Amino acid sequence: MTAGPTWVKSERQQERERFRRSQGRRNASIATASVVVFVVLLATIATNAPGWTRVQAAFFNAEVFRESLPDVAEGFLLNIKIFLITEPLVLVVGLLVALARNVKSPAFLPIRALATLYVDVFRGVPTLLVIYLVGFGLPALRLQGIPSDPATLGIIALTLSYGAYVAEVFRAGIDSVHPSQMAAARSLGLSQAKAMRFVVLPQATRTVVPPLLNDFISLQKDTALVATIGALEALRQAQIHTLDNFNYTPYLVAALLFILLTIPMARFTDHLAERTRRRRGA
Amino acid sequence: MSLLSIEGVWKHFGDHSVLRGVDLEVHAHEVVTLIGASGSGKSTLLRCANLLETVDDGVIRLDGEEITDPRVDVDGVRKQLGIVFQAYNLFPHMTVLANITLAPRQVHGVPKERAEEEARDLLSRFGLADKAGAYPDQLSGGQQQRVAVVRALATRPKLILLDEVTSALDPELVREVLGIIRELKESGMTMLLTTHEMSFCREISDTVCFLDGGVLLEKGPPEQLFDDPHHERTRAFLQGVRESGRL
Repeated sequence: MTAGPTWVKSERQQERERFRRSQGRRNASIATASVVVFVVLLATIATNAPGWTRVQAAFFNAEVFRESLPDVAEGFLLNIKIFLITEPLVLVVGLLVALARNVKSPAFLPIRALATLYVDVFRGVPTLLVIYLVGFGLPALRLQGIPSDPATLGIIALTLSYGAYVAEVFRAGIDSVHPSQMAAARSLGLSQAKAMRFVVLPQATRTVVPPLLNDFISLQKDTALVATIGALEALRQAQIHTLDNFNYTPYLVAALLFILLTIPMARFTDHLAERTRRRRGA
Repeated sequence: MSLLSIEGVWKHFGDHSVLRGVDLEVHAHEVVTLIGASGSGKSTLLRCANLLETVDDGVIRLDGEEITDPRVDVDGVRKQLGIVFQAYNLFPHMTVLANITLAPRQVHGVPKERAEEEARDLLSRFGLADKAGAYPDQLSGGQQQRVAVVRALATRPKLILLDEVTSALDPELVREVLGIIRELKESGMTMLLTTHEMSFCREISDTVCFLDGGVLLEKGPPEQLFDDPHHERTRAFLQGVRESGRL
């Protein structure tokens, strides 16, 4: 490195930085003001609606809130359990199916066809229907070893449904890796499988993480659908409380719990997307 | 008065100073070339002139207006400048004609018919008349880069910045791109460029500047800088270039 001149920040540059700081402060106060105006406006519209007093009584009852919170929260633990088990299963199923759909060898045509059929069917059938079919259909077979616990059946149904979506996400990720990467790996003598494992998949995973997290947020919410086959999770508990006293506040409780869970995940997804964007920009 | 004047410009990336107090004047109809090793700050200087990078100190003036002032209208400044990138950066989803007419129509408010007519004129001037309806990926690298030059010209800029426009091309194609830059010089266009093509630089430049570690070490007419450089480091750089057979 040349021993060049040393930098002394000029008067002009200091003035520029002062200006930029004041611009930053100005932008921050504009943002705050606009948020306040917006919230006040929304609140005014809601509270001035003709049915507001009845809605307030039916959905925002503090006493019912306190009363139902422990049960709904306990039910919510089951939601958490369901998706904590389902998520890794979905990842495995999705990845295997995506790989199966990418197999080129003619001998494996049945596997490829089966994988395609699986994705077509389970992406096409509404998740709620899959839960009904698995929840009521599987036990009806009366086979040895088939679980009858609604939560377990719900996990199976959600895995089948989300596995199909996630398989497509993985496949898009694999396709997004430039063919030259596969060519470079193969020309080093790596087999198709090894090239996939050491070169293509690691790069595909990176692009696939944000859409995957998005699907997981969706999955977290859809654990509530398992209520329909009788699992005592948050929504079911809220339903029970609602019927007890004809007040809808327990639903609000359940909704709040779901939001509390998905917001950190959503921010984490944003953070990852921002990091990728910055890396590309640099 | 010079068209572009750069005074004491500093730029840091983290702890690393990429530009260390660079001074440079570009007069109207002048061709100024920046040479130096990779990482010497040539491209960063061009990016500062186009406001793609914010300077950390110093002043850049375009036609007398200070463009490094934070209150300046950035789009208004860029309207007056054309830039051509090393990797062409054509828009792949648009035809050649749409690439060229985008800025005249959307930024300068030129009506569609006139913008297209002018674009076709420019294309035929640079031997691309039959490519108006083609998409960038149907063209060779040299053709794409020529289209990129035409796109930069279409807004009638006061100054064109060319950032290593031939680095991604093979020798056969380099020639056609250099040909159009030569033609631009003859038409009186003011240009500030960076290049690794030393013999071309020598032929086309009015002034050559040698950058080393972010410092503009030496500048002068090409004959003087290439044949009788003042600085030891300039000499060493040119020696390296000669040994690799590029001069």
